[in-house]
Amino acid sequence: MSTPTTPQPPHRPRLGVFKFASCDGCQLTLLNCEDELIGIAGELEIAHFLEASSDIAPGPYDLALVEGSVSTPEHLERVRRIRADSRHLVTIGACATAGGVQALRNYADVEEYLATVYARPDYIETLATSTPISAHVPVDFELRGCPIDRGQLIEVITAFLAGRKPGIPNHAVCFACKRRGNVCVTVAHGTPCLGPVTHAGCGALCPTYGRGCYGCFGPAGTTNLPALLPILRRDGMGDDDIGRFLHTFNVTAFTAVAGQEPGTTEGEDPV
Amino acid sequence: MSEPVTGSRVLRVPALTRVEGEAALHLRIHDGTVTEARLDIYEPPRFFEAFLRGRAHTEPPDLTSRICGICPVAYQLSACRAVENACGAVVDGQLAALRRLLYCGEWIESQTLHIHLLHAPDFLGHDDMISMSRSHLAHVERGLRLKQSGNAIVELLGGRAIHPVNVRLGGFHRTPTRAELRPLAERLRTALDDAWDTVRWVAGFDFPDAECTADLLALAETGTYAIESGVPTVLPYGDEPPRSFPLRDFRDHVTEEQVPHSTALHSRLDGRRHLTGSLARYAVNGHLLSPLALAAAREAGLGDPPLRSAAPGAGRGEVCRNPYRSILVRAVEVLYAVEEALRIIAEYERPAHPHVEVPARAGAGHGATEAPRGLLYHHYALDGQGRITDACIVPPTAQNQGAIEEDLRRLVQGGLDRGEDSEAELTRLCERAVRNHDPCISCSAHFLDLKIERPFRQPWRVRC
Repeated sequence: MSTPTTPQPPHRPRLGVFKFASCDGCQLTLLNCEDELIGIAGELEIAHFLEASSDIAPGPYDLALVEGSVSTPEHLERVRRIRADSRHLVTIGACATAGGVQALRNYADVEEYLATVYARPDYIETLATSTPISAHVPVDFELRGCPIDRGQLIEVITAFLAGRKPGIPNHAVCFACKRRGNVCVTVAHGTPCLGPVTHAGCGALCPTYGRGCYGCFGPAGTTNLPALLPILRRDGMGDDDIGRFLHTFNVTAFTAVAGQEPGTTEGEDPV
Repeated sequence: MSEPVTGSRVLRVPALTRVEGEAALHLRIHDGTVTEARLDIYEPPRFFEAFLRGRAHTEPPDLTSRICGICPVAYQLSACRAVENACGAVVDGQLAALRRLLYCGEWIESQTLHIHLLHAPDFLGHDDMISMSRSHLAHVERGLRLKQSGNAIVELLGGRAIHPVNVRLGGFHRTPTRAELRPLAERLRTALDDAWDTVRWVAGFDFPDAECTADLLALAETGTYAIESGVPTVLPYGDEPPRSFPLRDFRDHVTEEQVPHSTALHSRLDGRRHLTGSLARYAVNGHLLSPLALAAAREAGLGDPPLRSAAPGAGRGEVCRNPYRSILVRAVEVLYAVEEALRIIAEYERPAHPHVEVPARAGAGHGATEAPRGLLYHHYALDGQGRITDACIVPPTAQNQGAIEEDLRRLVQGGLDRGEDSEAELTRLCERAVRNHDPCISCSAHFLDLKIERPFRQPWRVRC
């Protein structure tokens, strides 16, 4: 990318932004950092960011931000190429870190899915699974969320520039919810909420709006999911409802924590 | 891809940038004539319509939002309308006004993003916004400020700008107080000036001549510029009069077909190519814009929009069919959305309940709204427990694909006729032709493989 007006350090680190199967929301989060965007472009050479620029430079990249899940044969090859081209690889968003909502196919018959959407499934190239980037190549840091949080993205970029680890807490949404001064939606209203087992990062948005957390940041660093299930049942959720609740935007991650496949709420011991 | 013809050459140009989506463009040129222009979309299939089956009727707003991070509100509200239609629920009054306010926020941020970050660099000869900021810093900063004000609306009403959390069937989880909306109004007053300046700025761009010959399709609503609801209305190319059809018949008129080598389904409207989005909305509903927005349209050189209800003998106004000039309509729509947001905030009274109940029942429903890029249609069938048994989603870009391909053919042909024969020139023309329509193929790694097949290499012509 060309030189902006601010004085330049002699060798700016080179940034690449890449995309696999996803909705574009996480890379759009970078464009939503309006106040920081021109500043970031001064600190980093934006070498590869197709959504934002026609000026494409080849690798190597000092920092690669990767959005989306691996879901086609072409992805398998490209993810390795990007890893080889990148000194630091950071995955952004639930698709890249857990396979995304499209990982629901992992628990279904993909042939049937193809036939549902396409008259000629034979024209479509797809894998039977949608998997996170880390299932294929080593990843240096994973930023969670569907979508990621703007402040956390800035923190990751800032930490990279400063040569330190990103300060992204691993605790549950409840911490942020208390800090925000919210009344607990479960305790006060009996609203089913995944806050106790969900990774912080959104700022406890859903409870702030009177809604139960629906787990879009995936599981927290440590969870006791079996302890939450009776509370969800008490608040009126059947096993089917709980299955769908946990198996949406981070289906593979919650499945790993629960030690069970979608549609079952047996087997209470976390893996 | 088509089989190469003898003596043909295949040109690869990497990366269609500043758009949403992964596409391969295939051009066949024979004796200086474009015989085929095909935009093949490679979007990794994500199977939304398949995994929606079996989910609860409350889930489509949040689930389908994930189809597109650029226009999640469009997906959420089209989904809500379709499910509410199936369940016989009606959302009106202040709740409907709040939905329109939320949608105005998305229009402002999404259209502004396209104008400043994706489209304007084409007119000013830049690769991107950052390089544009060297010579047009004030314009870039204004664009970012305007985009932020749109995001601020979505963030306040929805919690966050991408995949907002506050939208639900029947309305919202929580409605704002009047006091909470006040700072937003302050910000939007600045945005109104910024939107005016944006209109004046893009009005000064140089617009090549071009005509899109597709039928124009937009929702129409009585007495207001349709955004979050309306009846599908067609303004055909040529002299045929406008026509409308009920939303429940949408799939009888707009049919989708699958073509080889593309994961996007292609649409036809009554067997013909059609276009949705800004140009179509301005043609169908322009006369319902506010006086301020109409004044801006005039200042932008758009001409008076046609009056659908014009009395015999009254002028039909002017239908803008130049895809390059769609940026003007987008700028006018941003101005209108800011003004509309201010009006809704001024008239807002907090409703007694944040949502109406939408009890599940067996049935089918249809919903459509005007996403920034055009008409977005959802259809769901539910069983007695409120489980989804069938889902169908028709996004605007699938509908626009035929019109985009026709544009490509015409613009490349025009380039060839003018002697613009180099790969670089033709690629630039192709990219501009595609970007004019702001496709959002939501989407995958973005690249354009430009493959031009020619029986023989045409000699370069020196242009004076």
